[in-house]
Amino acid sequence: MATETNTRPGGDSVHHREGRMAGRAFAYWLTSYRRVWRGTIVNGFLHPLFFLVAMGFGLGELVDSGAGGGIDGASYVNFIAPGLLAAQAMQTAVGESTYPVMGALKWHRHYYAMLATPLGIRDVVYGHVLFVVLRVAITSTVFAMVAAMVGAITSPWLIVAVPVAVLVGLAFTTPVFAFAARQDNDGGFNVLFRFVIMPMFLFSGTFFPVSQLPGVLEVVAWLTPLWHGVDLCRALVLETATPLDSLGHVAYLLVWAIGGLWWTVTNFRKRLLT
Amino acid sequence: MSAPTKTRPGALVHTLARALPVPAGAGMARALVERNVRAFRHGWVTLVSGFFEPMFYLFSLGVGLGALIGDVDTGGGRMIDYAVYVAPGMMAAAAMNGAVFDSTFNVFFKLKYAKLYDSVLATPLGPRDVAVGEISWALLRGLLYSTAFLVVATVSGVVTSWWAVLALPATTLIGLAFAAVGMTATTFMRTWQDFDYVQLAIVPMFLFSATFYPLSTYPDALQWVVQATPLYHGVALVRDLMLGDVGAGLLVHAAYLAIMGAIGVVLAARRIESLLLK
Amino acid sequence: MISAHKLTKRFGEFTAVDGIDIEVRRGEAFGFLGPNGAGKSSTMRMIGCVSPPSGGSLRILGLDPATDGPAIRARLGVVPQRDALDEELTVRENIIVYGRYFGLPRSVVRDRADELLEFAQLTERAESLVEPLSGGMKRRLTIARSLINQPELLLLDEPTTGLDPQARHILWDRLFRLKRGGTTLVITTHYMDEAEQLCDRLVVMDGGRIVASGSPRELIALHSTREVLELRFAADDHAPYQPKLADLAERIEVLPDRLLLYTDDGDAAAAAVHERGLEPLSVLARRSTLEDVFLHLTGRSLID
Repeated sequence: MATETNTRPGGDSVHHREGRMAGRAFAYWLTSYRRVWRGTIVNGFLHPLFFLVAMGFGLGELVDSGAGGGIDGASYVNFIAPGLLAAQAMQTAVGESTYPVMGALKWHRHYYAMLATPLGIRDVVYGHVLFVVLRVAITSTVFAMVAAMVGAITSPWLIVAVPVAVLVGLAFTTPVFAFAARQDNDGGFNVLFRFVIMPMFLFSGTFFPVSQLPGVLEVVAWLTPLWHGVDLCRALVLETATPLDSLGHVAYLLVWAIGGLWWTVTNFRKRLLT
Repeated sequence: MSAPTKTRPGALVHTLARALPVPAGAGMARALVERNVRAFRHGWVTLVSGFFEPMFYLFSLGVGLGALIGDVDTGGGRMIDYAVYVAPGMMAAAAMNGAVFDSTFNVFFKLKYAKLYDSVLATPLGPRDVAVGEISWALLRGLLYSTAFLVVATVSGVVTSWWAVLALPATTLIGLAFAAVGMTATTFMRTWQDFDYVQLAIVPMFLFSATFYPLSTYPDALQWVVQATPLYHGVALVRDLMLGDVGAGLLVHAAYLAIMGAIGVVLAARRIESLLLK
Repeated sequence: MISAHKLTKRFGEFTAVDGIDIEVRRGEAFGFLGPNGAGKSSTMRMIGCVSPPSGGSLRILGLDPATDGPAIRARLGVVPQRDALDEELTVRENIIVYGRYFGLPRSVVRDRADELLEFAQLTERAESLVEPLSGGMKRRLTIARSLINQPELLLLDEPTTGLDPQARHILWDRLFRLKRGGTTLVITTHYMDEAEQLCDRLVVMDGGRIVASGSPRELIALHSTREVLELRFAADDHAPYQPKLADLAERIEVLPDRLLLYTDDGDAAAAAVHERGLEPLSVLARRSTLEDVFLHLTGRSLID
């Protein structure tokens, strides 16, 4: 005790800057994840793989022998694989940012339990966001490895595409956290999945170039974060990326991620500290 | 001032009890359907939103990707536009997805969390009414979606035959098969995590049952596997009807789905009974 | 109304209800009193025809639940331990939909729903969803819902568990009205005050068996003294005081935090304690209750 004259028990809680203890909140999510990781393998990894095989190889046969003979000179499986890499990152991120957040807010009230300790709002938010990023990183890495193994992606630039996919995940995680914090019940998630995420998945360049869309819709597609992720991942692994385009894509995704984080902290503060 | 003090208790109930059709668990499933209709008036956004997913797929793959594909060989050398080819697949798959969602996710919630069936079984309704009621509801919803899909598909010009009208009962049959088996599966589930395994069965079927591309794409050995799955028969049934390729083969597809549905209903009722009436 | 003989319920190796005999008469309020796990709820589920007996005989309203379950349930009202209200529906819809489960015509259900909302003092909340209601309101709604078929027999499983005292009194008042209207009530409870308030006759259950039966007054007269003196001393262990006081009461119970002296005159006993120079921290003379009956019969307290 004598050596710690400046610190009284719990003293760090009084003076710490909010956000420094996010690791503790992160540790909580990691612990609970250990119990359920098996099921998440199914959702996070097998589904995109199924899509890759069905669309890339099965449907790909029709596309490659079809009118255009592949897309922009690439075979369909090579076209779709980087798209699915970005799209699965989005889906994992959104899945982890909806029901789990609602659960921690309302059903199991984990956030309230955390806030009853020295942790602050930023610790709670950063810790949970960090965990979602980890989940996205795991599924993206595994997906990339399998895509490489089956020959759907051949370029070494895949190593750069994986962090881009994780950034796509982050660009969805934080705005969806903010959205979830404003919901009274899970009804809004249905609308989010069916009217925002599903159309993005189907129309943001994952399955076909957005240039196929009629004029106005093409512009809408450009505005979606997923298109920027898909386009960058694809340009990287097809080795057609240019520095300026790439920086533009990354910057756009960062705007969503950071803006979303700010909005999340604001909404969490409103909801949890009243 | 209150019902119980005003009326002599029992008098009406006696008459009622005699008038009721009381063979255990028969004939009252309608009341549960009525309950679900009321509940959905409060959640109509969810109801409406369910309609859009197959539409999005139709326009994404059929129209967006279809332009890159051109024509598809339906098997007999007949070439058709890809959108025409994929639309029936989407309609059949949507029937499966809707039925599975209603009979697993929704039923699990009512069974484990809302404890709805505990209350229901305290009334004259029996386990068979619960199974029949929930499955009927799933079919009604499915019919609503299928009809809407068919209208949109027709307006978009991807429907080529009057036989397409029969695709509506066909999707109902798909719904029956999957809702009945789905409800049975739900009675074995313990946590929400178990739904990942439902997905593990549904997503591959959605993708690989000749929904998006012809069966002939697969090597021979795999063709047999695909032909064993229920959704393959659903897709084949709906596609043949919508393209007007009507033949005796349709009866095989229909029989497969009908038998699956019948077994599923019986199993679901038995499982509800052993879970709740112990 | 209910007649059970050697009624038994087993779950695998475990015997929840172990050969009980009961007879419930029309118009009375009949209670099952006992701690959690005594077999009360299992008995109620058998009476509600949602749990087949493992042995013995059971007749309800003169019918056999094994063959006439739906016919019996059509004439019962059930208030389960957990409200199990339909949270996707409004208050009024909960009553209406429940009535439809009984096959009642829509017009009948609508009229009765209005009366029942009035009865349950929920008219103002009729169009509200269930979730925001208080615990007492939810309980009243559950009771209102169970009355939609104008049941001859109303089963109430732990009707006031978890409610605050004011909400309990409101609920008891509603149940009295039902009883006056002629409805037969069957109630389980682990609250002795509830059993005393509501029940004309009751059975005390423990470990799946009936350990005593009669009216609350009879049970107290038979198994306890008129009054009880509660003494609390400044000591961790109250047992050493027992021999010093043994001759002052018919019987003494030693609880972890106090002594109970069973005597017909509590105040006289208290005076005698003081004369012996013993200085308890607190002294309370009160009437005997069913809690004392249960303590005497089983050596345990009703609420753990």
